[in-house]
Amino acid sequence: MSLDNANPILYERTKERDLRPEDEDDDVEDEFDDREVFDLIRCINDPEHPLSLEELNVVDCDNVHVDDAGNRVEILFTPTIPHCSMATLIGLSIRVKLLRALPPRFKVDVKISPGTHASEDAVNKQLADKERVAAALENSHLLDVVNQCLAARPSAG
Amino acid sequence: MGSLTKVCTLEGHEDQVWCVAWNPAGSLLASCGTDKTIRIWGREGDNWVCKSVLTDGHQRTIRNVAWSPCGNYLASASFDATVCIWSRKEGEFECIATLEGHENEVKAVSWATSGSLLATCSRDKSVWIWEVTEDEDFECASVMSAHSQDVKYCTWHPSREILASCSYDNTVKLFKEEIDDWTCFATLESHESTVWKVCFDAEGHRLASVSDDKTVKIWQEYMPGNQEGVPTVGKDGTWKCVCTLSGYHDRTIFDVDWSHLTGRLVTGGGDDCIRVFREEEGSDKNQPSYNLSASVRKAHSQDINCVAWNPKVENFLASCSDDGTVKLWNYNEQDI
Repeated sequence: MSLDNANPILYERTKERDLRPEDEDDDVEDEFDDREVFDLIRCINDPEHPLSLEELNVVDCDNVHVDDAGNRVEILFTPTIPHCSMATLIGLSIRVKLLRALPPRFKVDVKISPGTHASEDAVNKQLADKERVAAALENSHLLDVVNQCLAARPSAG
Repeated sequence: MGSLTKVCTLEGHEDQVWCVAWNPAGSLLASCGTDKTIRIWGREGDNWVCKSVLTDGHQRTIRNVAWSPCGNYLASASFDATVCIWSRKEGEFECIATLEGHENEVKAVSWATSGSLLATCSRDKSVWIWEVTEDEDFECASVMSAHSQDVKYCTWHPSREILASCSYDNTVKLFKEEIDDWTCFATLESHESTVWKVCFDAEGHRLASVSDDKTVKIWQEYMPGNQEGVPTVGKDGTWKCVCTLSGYHDRTIFDVDWSHLTGRLVTGGGDDCIRVFREEEGSDKNQPSYNLSASVRKAHSQDINCVAWNPKVENFLASCSDDGTVKLWNYNEQDI
């Protein structure tokens, strides 16, 4: 199979988050913030390269918007090329990761960064349709592929 | 303003609940979901309890259930591409038929008022009409491919043999039998995204539809020769959008139900809120106004997938959610 984007540009990984004293304190209520949700998705593997979504700049912290009090999370992701056929799969992987990692009170919207994909509206509509997402995740082949994207790579640390 | 009071919470499903449906007598409520089971709830003294659990009918999520008009049969639509027909004899449910033919997920099933026709719709973009024979056999009478995308829901007119369906292609379509085949005779275009649900009012001259575009639309039927001068074709009525309720819902609206007893509309959706709307008294038929009469924020802790008025008890309704619960509510109306 030929790769959609054979020579993607590589981006540097962000540093680990510095621990603050209050992070260790169980009595301090720790709200979800942009960085914490970004940390959940940045290590997701790209479906066709042995690289993380962060290394390909598909996700970055500035495009993660968390409203803890309003129970909302919005992720904008940027396909490496405007005709990327993997866009839906990447969005689905982000959705599934957050579905599993975040408390169910959160409403998660995963969309393509405006203007970065030829079929932006169609992909966004499919990702927003929870019935189709639910049906897709009952497809064992597709679920395997998503799980591979979500599996931690030893090299990614 | 009116209000909604919770009567009880029914727990038992192990995952998201997609649909609730009252039997015609209003004495039983069927629910179904991702856990591949159907639960039948009924009253025992002052409490609502689970009377039966129907398993082994489907291999995947059960998306929708519908009772036959006589109340003796229940049909279930599943992501496994089949529809099961359950027969209720002496209180026990037994699967008597499995309808196969759709290429993938079946999204909904609906019985015509006569009980002799059944409609199903699917992700495969088609709507199927099935004839119910006297000896409990089901034969495919028509396959209609009018929609260009995933068909989310279909429902029969309360008195005529007209079927309405709605789709991911943003439209509502109406079907009827012509000479010897079923055809689409009207396409209702106005929604800007997926239409999740459509329902008729008691008389069948109005339709309500709800959408991913966060609006509710009311459609009015204009028959040939109507006084308003709305153009029609042949003997069919024209359905025109006469009202759009926007600004009330914060996220996708998944369901709407029109009470055939009181005319009130109830909606549920991705903002976890149940809302009841009533038509303003004396409002113009051609430009009706609907007011929000009651709402409960956080009616469920997650998305509400379905809301259903009890067909016999006024102002009594059921809802179900991704949070795995079914809830029963009383709507208390106060004069505005």
